[in-house]
Parts: sequence; C-alpha cells; structure tokens
Amino acid sequence: MIIKAENLVKTYQLGGQTVHALDDVSFTVDNGEMIAIRGPSGSGKSTLMNILGCLDRPTSGSYVLAGEDVSRLSNNNLAEIRSRRIGFVFQNFNLLPRITALENVELPLRYAGRHDARHHAKEAVQLVGLADRMHHKPNELSGGQRQRVAIARALVNDPAMVLADEPTGALDSKTGEEILALFKDLNRQGRTILLVTHDAAVAAHCRREIYLHDGKITVPPTETPGHRITETDADELLTI
Amino acid sequence: MLFWMIVKVAFESLIANKMRSILAMLGIIIGVAAVIAMLAIGSGAQKRVLDQFNAMGTNLIMVTPAQMGVGGVIVGTRVNLKVKDAMAMVHKVDGIKNVSPLVNTKLQVKYFNQNTLTTIQGVAPTYFTSRNFLIGHGRIFRDSESDRFARVAVLGSVTADNLFGVADPVGQTVQIRGISFLVIGVLQSKGDQGWFNPDDQVLVPYTTCMRTLMGTINLGEIDVEAQDGQDIYKIQDQIQALMRRQHHLLGDAPDDTNVRNQAEMLKRAADFVMTFKVLLSCVAAISLAVGGIGIMNIMLVTVTERTREIGIRKAIGARDTDILSQFLYEAVVMSGVGGAIGVLLGCGASKLITVYEIVPVVTIFSIVLSITVAGGVGIFFGFYPAWRASKLDPIEALRYE
Repeated sequence: MIIKAENLVKTYQLGGQTVHALDDVSFTVDNGEMIAIRGPSGSGKSTLMNILGCLDRPTSGSYVLAGEDVSRLSNNNLAEIRSRRIGFVFQNFNLLPRITALENVELPLRYAGRHDARHHAKEAVQLVGLADRMHHKPNELSGGQRQRVAIARALVNDPAMVLADEPTGALDSKTGEEILALFKDLNRQGRTILLVTHDAAVAAHCRREIYLHDGKITVPPTETPGHRITETDADELLTI
Repeated sequence: MLFWMIVKVAFESLIANKMRSILAMLGIIIGVAAVIAMLAIGSGAQKRVLDQFNAMGTNLIMVTPAQMGVGGVIVGTRVNLKVKDAMAMVHKVDGIKNVSPLVNTKLQVKYFNQNTLTTIQGVAPTYFTSRNFLIGHGRIFRDSESDRFARVAVLGSVTADNLFGVADPVGQTVQIRGISFLVIGVLQSKGDQGWFNPDDQVLVPYTTCMRTLMGTINLGEIDVEAQDGQDIYKIQDQIQALMRRQHHLLGDAPDDTNVRNQAEMLKRAADFVMTFKVLLSCVAAISLAVGGIGIMNIMLVTVTERTREIGIRKAIGARDTDILSQFLYEAVVMSGVGGAIGVLLGCGASKLITVYEIVPVVTIFSIVLSITVAGGVGIFFGFYPAWRASKLDPIEALRYE
C-alpha cells in the first residue's frame, strides 16, 4: 500500500463559519495503481489533493505515505517529503519561465540537495520524449510539450506517486489524449498515478475511481449511456 | 550548485526588468559614488595638510596675537606683538636657534608697465632657513641690511614671472608703493599650497617693511626656531610666560598671545579634516539608506509579482529557508551590482573634481568599505521582502493570478 488515508477530516474557518471540506474520508492506494479522484466543484477534491500532495495537513485523521505517517509534519518536513516523494503535475503546467526545460526538470532534485540532479533530469526528459527540446525555455514550447516537461519534473525524483490536477484541462483534445496516453505508459512501467479531475471521460482512462461529493466518498451519479471502457473490455472487443 | 542557479536567476531577473532594476539601484549607486568621492576628498585633504606642514620645516614655534573675545564671542585680533618682544625671547629663552619677526601686507608691485598685487612679507634673514625657503637665483638679505632698513627684495618665482617674464630680475628695481626696491634674489619654487601660494610673494627686511611700507610698530607674528633635540613644549611655556611678563598680564588674565608649535597646528588641522570627513560620510550614509529603501520597495513588488513562482517552488520541495535565501541573494546581487557601478562612478568623479586644489585620493579601503556596506544594505533591506516571500502558503500562492 503506497497510500493509506484513514478518517481524513479537513475543516477551516471562513468568515466566522466552519466549512467542512473533507468529512471522514478513508481509502487506500496500492503501488502501481492509476486511479482518478473525481467530483464536481466544491466536492473537496482539491482539498484532498492538497493533503495527499503534502501541501496541507488534515484537521484530523491519518495519512500514511509509503509507510511514513505524514499527517502531522511541520512545514519544513512537508517540503522535504514533497521534494523526495511526490511529483506534481498541474493544469497550467506551472513551469518557471526564465529557466530552460531541463533546469525546470532538475529543480526538485536540487531542492533535495542531490548533486546528480542534472543526470536524472536528462533521463526524465528522455522518458517523456523531449530530449531534443530540453534547452528551450517554456515559452518556446507548445502546450503539450510544456505538460511533458512538467511530467518529467514530476518523475525526476522517483516519487512514490505522481499527483496530476486536471492535467489535460489546458490542452486541446488531441494533445490531451497524448498526455493521457503518456500517463498510461508510465503507469505500465510501474508508476503510481493519481489523476484529479471533474471530467468523467478523463477519469475513464483510469482503472479505479474515487468519487467525492460534499467532502465524502460516494457512488457517482448514474452516467449517460456509453459506459466506461476498461482495458479488459477493450482487449475483449479487439479479439472478437 | 543550487547557489549558482539562484545567482543566475537573480541576474536574469535584473536584466529582464532593466528599467526597474536601474531605478531601484539608483539610490545605492549614488550613495556609493558619494561615499567614494567624499572619502577621497577627505583623504586628499588629509594628505594636503600633512604635505603643507612638512613643507614648513620642523622645530618651528609660531607666536601670534590672540583673538579678542567677550564671553566666547570673537570680536577681533589683538595688536600686541612688538619687536622688543622678539628681542626679549632671544635673550631670555633657552634652547632656541633664532627668532624671526614677521609682518605682512598686500600691495602693488610694479616693474615698468607690469604690475601685480601680491603679498609683501617683512621677515628676518633667519626666516628663509626656518621655513625652508631656498634661493634659486641671487641671494637673500643680510642682518646688516635689515638693521639699516635697506630697500632690498627677494621675489617668489611666480611673482618674478609675472613682472619679468623670462628676463632676470636680479639687479633690477621694482616699485612698491612708489618706493624703489632692489631685487637681490629669486626663490626656488615650492608649489601652490592652495590658500597660500609661497611662490607668489615678495620678501623684504621686516624693519624696512614696518617703517617704510606699513608705518606700523606692531608685528604680525614671531617665529621661533628651536634647537634640535629640545623639548618644544618647555620652550613654548617659557615663551608664553615671557610674553605675559612683557605685556604686563597679571594673575589669571587670559593669554594675549598664541604660542603654537607645528605639531599642534597639524593636529588642529587634522582634527578639522577628520570632522569634515565624518560629516561627508554621514551624508553619503543617508543616501545609502535611501537606496536601501528603494531596494526593499522593489523587492516587495517583485515578491508579489512572483507569488505564483514561489508557490511552484514550494510545491516541488523548496523550504521556507530556500525561498528566503533566494530572494536575499537577489537583493544582494542588486545592491552589489549597484555598489560596483557606484564605485566606478565615484572613482570617475574623483578623477574629475578638484576642490580648493585638494586632489582626491581614492583608497582601496574606501572601495572595500563601500562594496561591503552596499552588500550589507542589500541584506538588511532585502530581508523583510525575502521573509515575506518565505512565509507564503504554497496553496494560496499557487492560486494567485
């Protein structure tokens, strides 16, 4: 089990009122899974993502990541976990504009104090297929290419999991499909991937889904016909 | 390794926003340039004071009338030194080599159709040796000429040029106040001292000057040259005591003459210059502080602009201290570059300006001091913005548009 979340609760104060963003959320994720965390706006999926990504702490409950309880760590310790164990991919790429793609990719390792940062960064860039563009700055790259760089950055520190927040949200459908295909590829190579999205079609690419509504895990509402095609279904169809 | 990347990013930020960076650095640039130039002027002044006094000769004690004051307010200078005071010194003070009475005035000196307004000094022959004046051409006057009120004159090199051009003045006659004086010598050049040019004067026997040119019985100054190896202060005390007796001063009436040796005068001048230097430096320091505020201002804006970036860095593993040091480096780079530019500007300005013939002297010390202080200003004034940056919540920062 790479993730064990038990009874996660997150509340915060907003103008004198208490907001229950997460209300007793529990689940596990195994190594090598690719799962989707889906829900409408306000469902708490962003809050859950922030806690899973060690950007925030739960108000109560426990979160064990790769065998380590990270529920009550200090800010500095959380930063350290982020640099060593987590890879983020954001909707709008969030690359640093004034440095090259390669320098962007090696940044997490530099913050982790590793001297072999550049070497690993080159490997990660090759893994996402951007070896020929690695010395370009982000503004010289297309949207799809930028997201690839972001994915390489998320992989460079060999994280316990890759956390992707609406990774195709800023891309056209064709490029979006390419990116999702890349994620699936990485998952086949053994990476644990968590995709946070509101889009059922995107979530359909994952083998499992955790659906959130009003801060709780529930069953998703019935969907329009054309049910989810899983990999096993696809294999079956093709062999008929 | 991360350090170099941060320094590189710092420089790139600077260059990316050239206009803004220059405006932010302007205070530092001007402050540092001012410090360099002011300290250079101060050092130059110190050097000049030293040079001046070294040119004057050692073992010299100068007796001048004291200033008159009522309740701390100076209303004028006394007129109380007489030739007989000088004579008394010769007879009654131990350890002195010679005594030179002095008077001076400013008069027109004419040679045919050339004339010049210059200082006329009435001196004794011993003046030339005790004040290190060397004759270039001709000779100085003798005691016998002094005794008989001879109308002889020794010209400074610049005065000689002004009146005679390339012709030889020795043996010629000049007119001072309509009275003919025989030129018997020209001095070697000593160099302009700034407020007094020893090459532009005419030296005549004090006796002649007092009676024939000025019509006075009062001396302007008495120079006393001490013998080598004497206790200068002891001699000064003796002279002061003698002067009090000569002028009939009783009990605790204040001294009516100043008896100063060269070292004291040097110290007074040096103290003055030091005060001057400190004052100038304070002005420059204020400028640097203003520059620092400029940097803090710009850094605050920069931090706000880069909120998103800070959020990203934190998300991928930067700790608070990583962010703090990053922005501190950027502030220090800014102030360091400003300091370097300021040093260049200050050195350039020092080469160009000459105030009251003081030649500014740029020292390594002032350069090192300025760059260090500039860096310090960067750290001090950059700290608050950097601290603000480090405390940003990554989630909030990532949301920032």
